Amino acid sequence: MAFFQMAATSLANLFRRPATLMYPVKPRIYFEATRGHISIDSPKCIHCTICAKKCPTDAISVDRPNKVWTIEHLKCIACGSCIDNCPKKCLHMEKTYREPVDVAGKNNLTEVHRGA
Amino acid sequence: MADEIIRITKDELPAKVSSFMASGYRLVQICCVKDPAGKEPAQRLEMNYSFDRDYSLSTLKLDLSVGEQIDSITPVCAAAYLYENEIHDLFGIRIDGISVDFKGTLYKVAIPAPFNPAGESSKERY
Amino acid sequence: METAATPKHTVIPFGPQHPVFPEPLHLDLVMDDETVVDVIPSIGYIHRGLELLVEKREFPEMVYVAERICGICSFIHALGYSQAVEEIMKIDVPPRAKYLRVIWSELSRIHSHLLWLGLAADAFGFENLFMQSWRARELVLDIIEETTGGRVIFGTCKVGGVRRDIDADTLNRIIGVLDGIERDVRGICEVFIKDSSVKHRFCGVGVLSKEDAMTLGAVGPMLRASGVAYDMRMKEYAAYGDLSFEIPVETSGDCYARCAVRIREIYESFSLIRQAAQKIPGGEISIKVLGAPEGESFMRLEQPRGEVVYYIKGNGTKYLSRFRVRTPTFANIPPMLHVLKGQELADVPNIVLTIDPCISCTER
Repeated sequence: MAFFQMAATSLANLFRRPATLMYPVKPRIYFEATRGHISIDSPKCIHCTICAKKCPTDAISVDRPNKVWTIEHLKCIACGSCIDNCPKKCLHMEKTYREPVDVAGKNNLTEVHRGA
Repeated sequence: MADEIIRITKDELPAKVSSFMASGYRLVQICCVKDPAGKEPAQRLEMNYSFDRDYSLSTLKLDLSVGEQIDSITPVCAAAYLYENEIHDLFGIRIDGISVDFKGTLYKVAIPAPFNPAGESSKERY
Repeated sequence: METAATPKHTVIPFGPQHPVFPEPLHLDLVMDDETVVDVIPSIGYIHRGLELLVEKREFPEMVYVAERICGICSFIHALGYSQAVEEIMKIDVPPRAKYLRVIWSELSRIHSHLLWLGLAADAFGFENLFMQSWRARELVLDIIEETTGGRVIFGTCKVGGVRRDIDADTLNRIIGVLDGIERDVRGICEVFIKDSSVKHRFCGVGVLSKEDAMTLGAVGPMLRASGVAYDMRMKEYAAYGDLSFEIPVETSGDCYARCAVRIREIYESFSLIRQAAQKIPGGEISIKVLGAPEGESFMRLEQPRGEVVYYIKGNGTKYLSRFRVRTPTFANIPPMLHVLKGQELADVPNIVLTIDPCISCTER
């Protein structure tokens, strides 16, 4: 049996810098590959509805006759299935997470794009 | 190390399971499949009992029709009670003689036998 | 149901919310003073009916549902589903994809075992050790986020291969970071193995004999700590056939033995990742999948918690007809209930935690 096995680690930690980041004050560093949220390059979209069919959570809905593309960000799981299947490559994965919604309705979580 | 599948009937099940347990096999899983699958209520169900020894899997398959009753294998194989309770809750098959019987309260589901809705045997015990 | 309870016994409800549990599980402990006489379990708090979603999601999209069955063992669920469908459709995955799958599986195993070590330390009150284990785990999660995009849900395995590649520079840098993590982890694990307060709480508690482990259907570290050398990685799925590793086995069958088995598995995982990074070949990372699966297959893999069985049945259309997952915690619940009888109340959290309960996997 050994006593005070943890003492060395505890003492070393007293002098190491903290492992946590002072988050809202210091910004988070995102990796290049992080799956944050989906964004669309709206002029390129041809409203073929493939992304809506492939979405596992039904977060994307496309109104083909009226040329409207909608995504509900709260339902989106950022899997990238829509990006893989889009024939015009107009969907992209952004690396930051979305900001929280605020009372004034800014940063609304349902994004609607109307085409020409 | 090859896996094998053995088709048996409902009456041969206790003897086969006893012989597996006596020769050192362990229970791996018990599964139930709807046949055919889809939204129509199934009239035929298939039960799979899998046993394993030295990394090779032997599966016993038997066919049941909806409304048929089957005996539990827990007298021979003590670990089977959770699987049999789950199959009763989700598919509505009547299994008699389970050693620890939850009587339908293992999962709280909105409709009885959700994996095989409107099947005849789902009217038992609710 | 009948139990051993009599009017002089008290029944103490344990769970569903308890500081040691990552997920809700309810046990009614029938106590005679401070000793447990009988246990009545009640699960079903997280039953989501995920297996029924095969009727509504086509088989390439079902992999996203499969990996979200559980947050801690997520990659291996996606891997098992993909391998089972690939076996039915007779698709041969390119070798580079197999090695990448091994690297991510072993990273998944390291982060899951470090999470368990932290919870085990928290279960007997050693908060300092809990925080140190999770601090080391954060470095592993950073590696995972850098290579796959998500901290716990990887989203990289698909039917036919993997979706992302790791290039050679990143791989070398990751091996360098892993060396630093391994030094920290060895320091933490020395405390688990040698410290007297840990031994006092773990030795001799919750003993499971070899015969009981086999007849009650125990899997994973619970089986290996009772003296049975059984590991599904010996079936040589993915690239495990080309890599060499040892199966850690202990014989005493108590909580200390299970802790030691998991610690040795972490060291084996570090060695496996290094071997895979050296031997990884170049080439494609996925192949195109055409058609629909028809037939059935059983696929068994080794999750951090034990042996997991996937049964998939396809009927020739894009929707599978049955997807059944038998997770290791489901098989470990009967041995846990058997071991709890006769123990003291203060040891109950330790014993429940030694099976590494992942209830969201159990109930899908």
